[in-house]
Amino acid sequence: MEKQIAIKKNFLKKYHSLHCQSKNSVLLCNSKYFCMENYLQDIQDIKKMMDKSTQFISLSGLGGIMAGVYALAGAFAIHQITSYNSGRLALNSTDFKLILAIAGAVLVLAVCTAFVLTVKKARKNGDALWSNTSKRLAINFLIPLATGGVFALLLIRLEQYGLVAPVTLLFYGLACLNASKYTLRDVRYLGITNIIIGLLATYFIGYGLEFWALGFGVCHIIYGSVMYFKYDRNN
Amino acid sequence: MSILMVNEYADFTTLKELLGVTDGNLASHAKALEAESYIAVEKQFIGKKPNTSYRATKEGRKAFKDHIDALEKLIQKG
Repeated sequence: MEKQIAIKKNFLKKYHSLHCQSKNSVLLCNSKYFCMENYLQDIQDIKKMMDKSTQFISLSGLGGIMAGVYALAGAFAIHQITSYNSGRLALNSTDFKLILAIAGAVLVLAVCTAFVLTVKKARKNGDALWSNTSKRLAINFLIPLATGGVFALLLIRLEQYGLVAPVTLLFYGLACLNASKYTLRDVRYLGITNIIIGLLATYFIGYGLEFWALGFGVCHIIYGSVMYFKYDRNN
Repeated sequence: MSILMVNEYADFTTLKELLGVTDGNLASHAKALEAESYIAVEKQFIGKKPNTSYRATKEGRKAFKDHIDALEKLIQKG
């Protein structure tokens, strides 16, 4: 029992020592009585360090806003094409291929812009872009996303076109939810919102484009703005 | 210790970056924690470069948890 108390005292001493030095504090915390006021600070430091080592915080809110803008622009363009064709399109028509091209362009543009802005933000924060935390973030985001992508392609193969939009929204929401553990918490709520929108899109089947515009467009603009004003402006 | 509680392992450079301490500082604290069997050290080579990684031991986790509990009790009292 005495040995355990001694070990614990020793541990507390060294632990305080390490923490106080890492804060560049002048306090020599060799006695726990000096650190009485710092105990609350200690708990906060511990939580901060835990977050710092697991969360990639350089995700750009502006990237989210831009992605939303591209999505809305793309949705508008696609809407113009479908209404021009009075809502019916042959699958091998040039117009349908144009729609696919627009969707692809939106995706590529959104990803590239978000990536570039995230790199910029990481550099500004002095954060490493490619670290354990960012790798974990990428993997945990991409696995559900890729699953959703493959599932959507299989649905297309089964000619279940009505389900494609809801499914993509659902899996994107789940991917965001999963990835949010490793980055800013706001992504979690973006994910939940997209899941709800995806379920609504399944209920009101046939309005895929509108729900897509809502989920990928409007939501990204809203959450991107929240993230931008919360984090990016202060820097 | 906080870092090793929420990550399965962490290598020397990562710890150094996160804590913002010097090589010697980190090394001496790591040695102290290792002496108490709170962390386990693994040295290996990645290609030609030496790489030291640390993970928390069962005793280390327990000691950390006791530490947090003690801190919370002290805060509640005060």
